[in-house]
Amino acid sequence: MSLMLEPSPEMIKSQREYAAMGLTDEEFAMVENMLGRTPNYTETGLYSVMWSEHCSYKNSKPILKRFPTSGDNVLQGPGEGAGIVDIGDGQAVVFKIESHNHPSAIEPYQGAATGVGGIIRDVFSMGARPIAVLNSLRFGELENARVKYLFKEVVAGIGGYGNCIGVPTVGGEIQFDPSYEGNPLVNAMCVGLINHDDIQKGQAHGAGNSVMHVGAKTGRDGIHGATFASEELTDSSEGNRPAVQVGDPFLEKLLMEACLELIQHDALVGIQDMGAAGLASSSAEMACKAGMGIEMNLDLVPQREPGMTAYEMMLSESQERMLIVVKKGSEQEIANLFAKYDLEAVAVGSVTKDKMLKLTHKGEVVANVPVDALVEEAPVYYKPSNEPQYFRDFQAMTNVAPVIDDYKETLVGLLSKPTIASKEWVYNQFDTMVRTNTVVPPGSDAAVVRIRETNKALAMTTDCNARYLHLDPEVGGKIAVAEAARNIVCSGAEPLAVTDNLNFGNPEKPEIFWQIEKAADGISEACKILSTPVIGGNVSLYNETNGESIYPTPVIGMVGLIKDLAHITTQKFKNSGDLIYVIGDAKTEFGGSELQKMTEGKIFGKSPSINLELEKLRQQQLLRAIQNGCVASAHDLSEGGLAVALSESLFGTDLGARIIVHMEAVTELFSETQSRFVVSVAPEHRVAFESIVQDARCIGTVTNNNHLTISHEQDGLLIDTTVQSLEKAWKGAIPCLLN
Amino acid sequence: MKFAVIVFPGSNCDIDMFHAIQDELGEEVEYVPHTADSLEGFDGILLPGGFSYGDYLRTGAIARFSKIMAEVVKASSVGVPILGVCNGFQILLEAGLLPGAMRKNRDLAFICKQTQLKVENNTTMFTTSYEKGETITLPIAHGEGNYYCDEETLSQLKENNQIAFTYHVDNPNGSLENIAGIVNENGNVLGMMPHPERAVDRLLGSEDGLKLFQSIVRNWRESYVVNA
Repeated sequence: MSLMLEPSPEMIKSQREYAAMGLTDEEFAMVENMLGRTPNYTETGLYSVMWSEHCSYKNSKPILKRFPTSGDNVLQGPGEGAGIVDIGDGQAVVFKIESHNHPSAIEPYQGAATGVGGIIRDVFSMGARPIAVLNSLRFGELENARVKYLFKEVVAGIGGYGNCIGVPTVGGEIQFDPSYEGNPLVNAMCVGLINHDDIQKGQAHGAGNSVMHVGAKTGRDGIHGATFASEELTDSSEGNRPAVQVGDPFLEKLLMEACLELIQHDALVGIQDMGAAGLASSSAEMACKAGMGIEMNLDLVPQREPGMTAYEMMLSESQERMLIVVKKGSEQEIANLFAKYDLEAVAVGSVTKDKMLKLTHKGEVVANVPVDALVEEAPVYYKPSNEPQYFRDFQAMTNVAPVIDDYKETLVGLLSKPTIASKEWVYNQFDTMVRTNTVVPPGSDAAVVRIRETNKALAMTTDCNARYLHLDPEVGGKIAVAEAARNIVCSGAEPLAVTDNLNFGNPEKPEIFWQIEKAADGISEACKILSTPVIGGNVSLYNETNGESIYPTPVIGMVGLIKDLAHITTQKFKNSGDLIYVIGDAKTEFGGSELQKMTEGKIFGKSPSINLELEKLRQQQLLRAIQNGCVASAHDLSEGGLAVALSESLFGTDLGARIIVHMEAVTELFSETQSRFVVSVAPEHRVAFESIVQDARCIGTVTNNNHLTISHEQDGLLIDTTVQSLEKAWKGAIPCLLN
Repeated sequence: MKFAVIVFPGSNCDIDMFHAIQDELGEEVEYVPHTADSLEGFDGILLPGGFSYGDYLRTGAIARFSKIMAEVVKASSVGVPILGVCNGFQILLEAGLLPGAMRKNRDLAFICKQTQLKVENNTTMFTTSYEKGETITLPIAHGEGNYYCDEETLSQLKENNQIAFTYHVDNPNGSLENIAGIVNENGNVLGMMPHPERAVDRLLGSEDGLKLFQSIVRNWRESYVVNA
């Protein structure tokens, strides 16, 4: 029946049906040219999703080329489900970050949940056991009911999926700013562990081998999700709710265990997640990467509901499905393997030599298109770029310190800002410890997960201060990478590599494209200098609501290696009597700072500057000091500056700190100058520590009186308060805003 | 002593339980699938946490019909020690091996954090290595741990000294009388929401759970020696 509703090729052309699917007139003409005929409805659908920004990176490809992607330890760079880095002993770490922004804006629980499910599949499709998930979230200010609803539901959705599948959610970061009010960001990162021998690729080799559809049945949910993700949100986007998928973490748990068993099976040739653009992208990409074709009989695809058309089956984004290629003749054996987990594995086609994606349905050929055209020949756009006036205005401003009356009240105010305040309300809803390897749970600089049967551990973090990127995307991009590396180093790890999630507005606007270019330049330079190649990631453009763009938000996910469990370090002060050091001096840098936001109600001026060579030197020195056992605690200085970092180092302890500062007080306490750390050192390690870390300056001692006392050399007492009162403000802020 | 870790579809703390027994306790342990029809040869049975059958319908409501559960019921009647943690506790409730039921947490949200517990009864085969009234730290991680039973059951639980653990100072989920773990009348079946298997290694924050497993082994050895 529904087949009859599909327009004919002539109608698709004359009525510009392709435009509704996201293809431009020029792109449609290209398709006609390539095929030598007008595509039918199913074929037009295939091109439209495969050529969407989400699948083809047609607008961002020229940008992505700028990233350094190789390194001595990189086993797999961008292009597969996830990147892979060697960690020695025949093991490797697999990780990737991905966005689910638009679905989460419309249907926050399922949008966030399926974001987690999708990234976990990307990792186990490589043959790796997922060991941790992290997230990076952005919302509007927690003021109106809609934002609170989005925030609560996104958190519940992340937990709902991760908790059930049994992969611990170990870390993340959240910022709140009005620019995300209608377009929240939900980025999820998954980290997995693999033995080198088990690394799989999503490739369809060997003509005659069987293509099997495994896991959940194909339904009508998520059709055109990839296209929807490649458009701006508007007031009518609510109508796109059917483009949001529904997740079933229980099914994915079964699928994960089955696939990890499958990895060990000799008959497996290739495996790929059916994520964005579902069966269309997984089949076309697997064939393309192997230089082969795929032929499928869609009648055989397990279907959740009757009457599905070829178009619907190919574009469905039903969750918890994988496409696998297995050796001819092994189909029953593979089906039996999946049956043990109560899952279906059904042969739906085979690998061909002709490099065509050929689909039949009800005895008719419903699509016959070259796979290379779908996957590799999408147009690439070099969008015009234009430096915006606002940037020139900001650059012309001079750096000034905000004027404040009361240092203690200012500190309490900063600690109560949702971006700084405790995120306990969020991470207490996540199972952070299932699989019992989480050594450092959320709340320190980076999360640390040990690797069983070794003496090693992995540190992981997500970071991006988008305010700096708004003021200066290039410097902000550098800072995002540097801060991630700083967090990794503070935990005692050596930074390994980066996965990035480039969240921006509409790239067709020259000012937005300029932001993308500049941010990518900054990220690239920082990754080169800090030796952390980009091994994969995701691009999410068109993050706009009714024409208003989000702040440029290229989230950096970073993983580091801790070579000895004894090196694991947290931000909390440990013992009374330890010396407190700050590494690096503060400058008058308040552009984009939390203090500026709080006192002025907006951000403006220059972003803090960064010298990447200095950053690298300090990181290396601090890491050496940690590895030599002379550091008791380490914490990077970020939002809110020194006073906030000192407070955070005290929270969760019954200790106090007595501090004396020398330079201008507001700058000393609240400036967000980069490349700085707060470190505590036992007195017996003083000499060793100072000989390793050049720019460390002793500013005080850890006490046992649960007071934070900060004085200025000349001006006397600035802050003297109980840690308890600070901690109460810090912990209470988010629950208070939500109630 | 040889333990069975029962694996239901959706169990996800099975591996944690396995490692706690093998690596930290140093006893024998095997995974037993939900489809197995015998528990012969096992001296202790562990029902791990997780989301058996996705927690669909109601936590533990589907898992209790698994083939293996008939064997678990049989083993309980002959005094084999049976420990259900989190989802394992929920399954024991649904199977009727322990009285009462679970409701959603008071705040209707999943909670994962370290909690302080009080050992109410240190005379069960699971708790003799603790002091009575001792405060211990074990993590919780659940969405439905708000224990409930009717008044009559509650007074029986108290009368028979069946309340093994209560939440100390802070009740995280709203459970009746701060109940965190209960035993059956015979004392050989313990259900608890906190996770002792996550607290067996100082590196991960607490090893207060180890004594629970040590109690099981010690009491089993003693009874084994007596019976032999």
